[in-house]
Amino acid sequence: MSSELITKYFREERLPHIWCPGCGHGIATRAVMEAVDRLGWEKDDVCIVSGIGCSSRAPGYLDFNTLHTTHGRALAFATGIKLAKPHLHVIVLTGDGDTSAIGGNHLIHAARRNIDITTVVYNNYIYGMTGGQYSPTTPFHDKGTTAPYGNIDQPFDICSLAQAAGATYVARSTVFHAKQLSQFVEKALQKKGFSLVEAISSCPTYYGRKNKKGSAVDMMNFLKFRAVPSSRFAALSEKEKLEHVETGEFINRTAPEYTESYQKIIDLVQERKESK
Amino acid sequence: METESKLMQGNEACVMGALHAGMRFFAGYPITPSTEIAELSSLLLPKHGGKFIQMEDEIASMAAAIGASIAGVKSMTATSGPGFSLKQENLGYAAMAEIPCVIVNVQRCGPSTGLPTSPAQGDIMQARWGTHGDHPMIVLTPSSVSETFSLTVHAFNLAEQFMTPVILLMDEVVGHMREKVNMTKLQSMPPYNRRRFDGNPDEYYAYRPDQSLTPALMPFGEGYRYHITGLYHDETGFPTNSTENARNQLTRLHQKIEDQDVLCLYEEVNVDEEVDLLILSYGSTYRSARKAARLARKEGKNIGEFRVISLWPSPEEAILKAAKRAKAILVVEMNEGQYVQEIERIVKNEAPIHFLGNGAGELIDPEDVYQKIEEVLTCQANS
Repeated sequence: MSSELITKYFREERLPHIWCPGCGHGIATRAVMEAVDRLGWEKDDVCIVSGIGCSSRAPGYLDFNTLHTTHGRALAFATGIKLAKPHLHVIVLTGDGDTSAIGGNHLIHAARRNIDITTVVYNNYIYGMTGGQYSPTTPFHDKGTTAPYGNIDQPFDICSLAQAAGATYVARSTVFHAKQLSQFVEKALQKKGFSLVEAISSCPTYYGRKNKKGSAVDMMNFLKFRAVPSSRFAALSEKEKLEHVETGEFINRTAPEYTESYQKIIDLVQERKESK
Repeated sequence: METESKLMQGNEACVMGALHAGMRFFAGYPITPSTEIAELSSLLLPKHGGKFIQMEDEIASMAAAIGASIAGVKSMTATSGPGFSLKQENLGYAAMAEIPCVIVNVQRCGPSTGLPTSPAQGDIMQARWGTHGDHPMIVLTPSSVSETFSLTVHAFNLAEQFMTPVILLMDEVVGHMREKVNMTKLQSMPPYNRRRFDGNPDEYYAYRPDQSLTPALMPFGEGYRYHITGLYHDETGFPTNSTENARNQLTRLHQKIEDQDVLCLYEEVNVDEEVDLLILSYGSTYRSARKAARLARKEGKNIGEFRVISLWPSPEEAILKAAKRAKAILVVEMNEGQYVQEIERIVKNEAPIHFLGNGAGELIDPEDVYQKIEEVLTCQANS
């Protein structure tokens, strides 16, 4: 199946990819492609947009209309594309730094507008491309090259952020739970509105090494045991919650979608024009 | 044929010109003194089947305008000083990725928040060099409401022809003044649409340039799947670290807009013979310079005028030619001395260069220019 997926959706001439051995981003990308495949979308009708960072290199390997933009701005570019050509399925692939630090403003406003874009955040808790600096999702006291004494920032919960800002579908899974991750992405893609799936990924090269998380396999095992579904997560103590990752669907609701609302304005204004 | 005339504000003329040129997408953020452009776009675009969006910030509105253009829709954004600073990041992206779009900057007095409702021409160098790295930039500046319309159309046409962002550098005076415009004449300007690739998608190389050195980027979603990036890339659009490729790409980006007559815009008055003084100005400031020059000529003084319309690339040859016929040059601009540096670079020792400027938010009056003319001529007679 994986080789069929590669032939069908990947630009094989662009491979091998730049990701390190043990990086979770390849699994996340595959999960997205499996979801697109199940939906049977035409490649010409899909547009994949990214910002800057390890995760944002993904679109270059994928055989769609692909756009690698500036750091943090993927959602702003994607908003222009989607509004200009609403028939396109627009997917944003981004990272924790790209989307919640430099691109945080664009994330909350895209969610607030409820524009029909699906964002998949590859969260590896670190700035990998620049060599391991702490990001807005790095856990408290963890280390990065710019947090040599431990991170004293409180981390963002990207899913809570997106949900509070108005996203209509929000879910989280991990690259260990690839099947579940792909199912969440599929539901996000089908949602008419702003959807976000957080894919907890792993970075053995920087985050793992800086924080003594062991090998790539150890980090996968960490995801396996530390991911807890929402139903069980609530029962954990506050201390236990910090040590685990809550997975599942956090919201799935309906609200007016931005490009549809805009089309209604056009129809209304043009009707008035004709009736004059 | 009956001609239709309208009384129009400069910012309004910008929107009317943009709609005539085919703008069907506007992304913006409120800022004085350009806000009327966003307001009128939000009112008129849906009537033309187009889209308006007020983004969360200036960075995002520049990005959204580029995104819409990638999807094949002619797009524009408008701002003023502080917002123009924020747009620089993605302006460079548009130059590198060769995405056409129009960026309007209705200049106000800076630096920083400055005097938001006062005029200036202080963004001349930022328009040329504001984004990082070496890059070409097309910058046009209108002096009247009518010309704001025509240059907005021209800006869209140049963007589409050369596949590049084009900056329309207005100023608060031109943006807010009202004048009569001849709509019949202006609406006869033909809009230009970007080149398309008609062949098989398998034979499509997004960044393979034609003889004019510009690529034919097909709108996303029309069956030509390709990659766009702000990294140096080869003709496929995919990034490459090759410095040889980077050299070729950078050279082509510059060459595609070099020595193009269509980019060389200026106006000359009384420069056929040798003049005692050539006044060089642009934008709303030119109007004061023109009035002073006319008055001085009436009094028998031998004064020539040169109005720059395409600030960047500068009309270098024409400026040098005019300078060679002048005993002295007076550059008048609403800043502390920006374009005068470009004039000094071009003119070198062909003629002494004098300067009259004000970057503190006040118009330069015709009287100020007239006084300076007398001062320069007296100094000339005594030397």
